[in-house]
Amino acid sequence: MIPIPPVIEDVWVYLSTTPLLWLTATLAAFLAGQWLFERSGRRPLVNPVAIAVVLLIVLLKATGTTYQTYFDGAQFVHFLLGPATVALAVPLHQNFGAVRRAALPMLAALLAGSVTAVVSAVAIALAFGVSLETMRSLAPKSVTTPIAMGIAEKIGGIPSLTAVMVIITGIIGAMTVTPLMNLLRVGDWRARGFAAGVASHGIGTARAFQVNEVAGTFAGIAMALNGIATAIMAPLLISLLG
Amino acid sequence: MIAALMALLACQVAGELVARLLGLPIPGPVIGTILMFALLLARGKVPGALRDVARGLLTNLSLLFVPAGVGIVQHLDRIRGEWVGILAALVGSTVLTMLVAVFVFRLVSRLSGADREDA
Repeated sequence: MIPIPPVIEDVWVYLSTTPLLWLTATLAAFLAGQWLFERSGRRPLVNPVAIAVVLLIVLLKATGTTYQTYFDGAQFVHFLLGPATVALAVPLHQNFGAVRRAALPMLAALLAGSVTAVVSAVAIALAFGVSLETMRSLAPKSVTTPIAMGIAEKIGGIPSLTAVMVIITGIIGAMTVTPLMNLLRVGDWRARGFAAGVASHGIGTARAFQVNEVAGTFAGIAMALNGIATAIMAPLLISLLG
Repeated sequence: MIAALMALLACQVAGELVARLLGLPIPGPVIGTILMFALLLARGKVPGALRDVARGLLTNLSLLFVPAGVGIVQHLDRIRGEWVGILAALVGSTVLTMLVAVFVFRLVSRLSGADREDA
């Protein structure tokens, strides 16, 4: 190993314990992800969240930093999820006419999507022989993190593992929704957005807002409704499925 | 801009209060969204500053999921052991859910005549 000059070590010891370093690193990693996304010609598979997460994990491992230390800095970004969720009311209000007219298709798609999300995840997991704990942790993977963690606790999963499943699901949804919908030739932004929100919550919603405001609005509604529907339905489904 | 941020935070606080006092399984911010929506309906139009702050937050929404995503680092051992099943379940179920949701949405939209207003 190359000896580290004491001055640099002092600076590192100081910086690594302040929120400043990991907050800056989080923004830098995300900017790198966005830069790669733009450079790729905005390909949905080049997902900025996935890139940022991988870069940060490599950085944490390389510097021997714990997740707790990292989160002390990154929590300022994490905190904004709350106000951002409340901000969904603004596009909802601006597109309320279209939303009201689509009440029936939304309700039907919500029920079908919500049940499919839980049942198919559990069925595939069991077919691949994953442990019962893991299966229960991934059952609520399609809903927003705080609701999913609450459900996991209720059905015997591991809440912090569920949080991970939720994020991976969101990234998968954001990567696949555009190619999938283009393949199916669905031109209806309401339906495209709603599907993204039901299957992949906030990250799907973020992706939908990147593409089209109406899609984003419907994704946001789908995310909120599916959170509530799954909180009621998942415990029942899990007790039926074993 | 400060007033707009204040309004968002105040709705979130009110949402948290309602969720806790009533013991609802719904997170405070989701109830806050409903409260904010009700306020906007009552007011009739969205103040310009609120529109700008909301757009700023929602345009960069994906950034806000990065800190939670890095939490994967805490579960690398379990994921390493079961990654095939986990990935199959997450990819399969996410794609299937989108297919079912978009199919049902389009079907009911056509049957119920909710398509007509789009023309």
